[in-house]
Amino acid sequence: MTVAVRRRSATPEAPIYTPADIEALSAANHEPEWLRESRHVAWELYEMLPMPGRTDEEWRRTDYRSIRWDEAPIVTGSNVSLDVVPRETLEPLIGDQQAGTLVFVDGQVVHYEVTDTLRQQGVVFTDLVTACRDYPELVRARLMTQAVKPSDGKFAALHAALWTHGVFLYVPRGKMVELPLHVVMYHTQPGATLGHVLVSLDEASSATILVDYLSAAGDAQSTYIGATELLVGDGANLRYVGLQDWNRATYEFSHQRARVAKDATLDWVIGTMGGKLVKSFIEVELDGFAAQGRVSGMFFADGVQMFDHDTQQNHNAPMTKSDLLFKGAAKDEARSLWQGMIKSQPKMQKIDGFQASRNLLLSPDARMDAIPGLEIEADDVRCTHAATFGTLEEAPVFYLMSRGIPRPQAELMVTEGFFEELLERIPFERVQDRLRAALEAKIVGANSLK
Amino acid sequence: MGAALEIRNLHVTVEDKPILRGVNLTVKQGEVHALMGPNGSGKSTLANVLLGNPAYQVTAGQIIFDGQDLMELEADERSRAGLFLAFQYPVSIPGVTLANFLRLAINARMKAADPTSKGISVSDFRKLMRAKMDSLNMDHSFAGRYLNEGFSGGEKKRAEILQMAVLNPKITILDETDSGLDIDALRVVSEGVANLRGPDLGVLVITHYQRILNYIKPDYVHIMYQGRIVESGGADMALRLEETGYDWVREKFGEEQA
Repeated sequence: MTVAVRRRSATPEAPIYTPADIEALSAANHEPEWLRESRHVAWELYEMLPMPGRTDEEWRRTDYRSIRWDEAPIVTGSNVSLDVVPRETLEPLIGDQQAGTLVFVDGQVVHYEVTDTLRQQGVVFTDLVTACRDYPELVRARLMTQAVKPSDGKFAALHAALWTHGVFLYVPRGKMVELPLHVVMYHTQPGATLGHVLVSLDEASSATILVDYLSAAGDAQSTYIGATELLVGDGANLRYVGLQDWNRATYEFSHQRARVAKDATLDWVIGTMGGKLVKSFIEVELDGFAAQGRVSGMFFADGVQMFDHDTQQNHNAPMTKSDLLFKGAAKDEARSLWQGMIKSQPKMQKIDGFQASRNLLLSPDARMDAIPGLEIEADDVRCTHAATFGTLEEAPVFYLMSRGIPRPQAELMVTEGFFEELLERIPFERVQDRLRAALEAKIVGANSLK
Repeated sequence: MGAALEIRNLHVTVEDKPILRGVNLTVKQGEVHALMGPNGSGKSTLANVLLGNPAYQVTAGQIIFDGQDLMELEADERSRAGLFLAFQYPVSIPGVTLANFLRLAINARMKAADPTSKGISVSDFRKLMRAKMDSLNMDHSFAGRYLNEGFSGGEKKRAEILQMAVLNPKITILDETDSGLDIDALRVVSEGVANLRGPDLGVLVITHYQRILNYIKPDYVHIMYQGRIVESGGADMALRLEETGYDWVREKFGEEQA
């Protein structure tokens, strides 16, 4: 008892970074002055904001206090190499080619490749540090000014002050990026990284991008404080897939927000498999007339994992359509929480919003919560939500067994079948297969409860 | 010597309620038996128990198949031993395609017989599926659809018979395969079964109505009532039931429930 108390009092309740961390990052990256300044402005905001706690509605059900902030120094990647990244992650997404690849290890670029076609189209696909130096006119107006803002919360402000690495994709007006783009953020070191994704599609352009978040197995605490910003311009079409499979000692706090303009379409797939505790805000702002956003989330929590997805679909214009589906499973002593909200501004008529949360409970000690919500201030709207919970059903398992399939395989098939609808929304077959294998390992595997 | 399914003095309860109360029946390869009887007499319970559905408890009796005591085998082992059940209400399984599922079912058989087996090749499987689907007038696109998901009543029953054709059992049990089918679907499904008939297949047709037996002529007809087989006879008994209904059975064997 006394030991526990002493240990707690010795653990800081908030991050222990200082403005010197900003200076170190800025200097190491040879950052332009505007960026260094914006980091300091964000820092001031960060200092003013309280740490979120259980009195905040958004954080009420997620207790992250087991994190040791004294074990979250910013990772400075050294001796990094592409060789440590699992081969299957680096396979081309479709066929044998893709438009661009960007691989980070511990926040450092270890591999960068773009096709000539992409360059000729005027597409910018590069790491964010380089983009800030080489394309300030594109980055400055977009980086944490439109989608995720430092004022979104303590972790958003911290991210704005201390982001360590990131990717920047800009597609000019009318350009279609036919082949997919692939980003891998791979971590081998304990400590904190703050990764950023900034995607901006100009009018009537299109792109497809996959971001893989992975880390090497390890017991030492890691922290990821991320931000994802997706700006989809008028009539543009973005397919965005973000898949996370951190090791079991990783805490993640992320803000992800998309802004979808007039007649634009966003197809967003999110996969959460790894980490110890994940808190992710996922928000879609349908800003323009007839903008459409589909959000598909899949997760599988096992061991003592805790996943908290907090989603919002904001209908800020008439004739907008949103469609959100989260499907997840929890086994062992894992926990999951999904809180979803559909909001409409007044007078935004003919909007169509849908949200559904489907939960598969695979152990009596696991716990899953789903809290749907609607805040509608218009009358000619169609907004619906649904949340369901179930355990593995015996009838389909018996059916498969009655055809000669042994029970473990039958249970696996029924459980995998639950996710198939979402896997099929990922436009890369190889990535689907990789996720199927990850799911299979979780379903049959005896992941330690540590 | 063909395999035989022997049911001896079988007693079964569901949630402590006795449903089967001493069933005796033997079905051999090459024979077609019809099991008829009014609703609630225990026919579907028998079908499920034969395949080992864990929702049913066997309290007494034996089921012997091909010399093995089935009570010691799980559903998947019973299937691999050569038993098949065409379900009355096949469940839908989202995310599992008919083709993928059947390939795994074939592979499970091959691997049980030979642990080093790599399973059926993709091209062999495709050929097998196409041939069997054609024989049942099934569109090839069915193979890629999720199991029974959004299938019509007739499509579900056809898919059951397709599975039977692909898995090639020794003894098959058809649990009210005719229910809910219009006359055309009934003909296709019944002819599908009739085509598989032969010295290597024993069939137990569980049905309420005689009409399916016009296509699958039984060698023996049994009447189940209140959890027992109360009468057995030849094909003509089914015709008699069609004319007279089950009232005479109720009169002869009583209305009382245990």
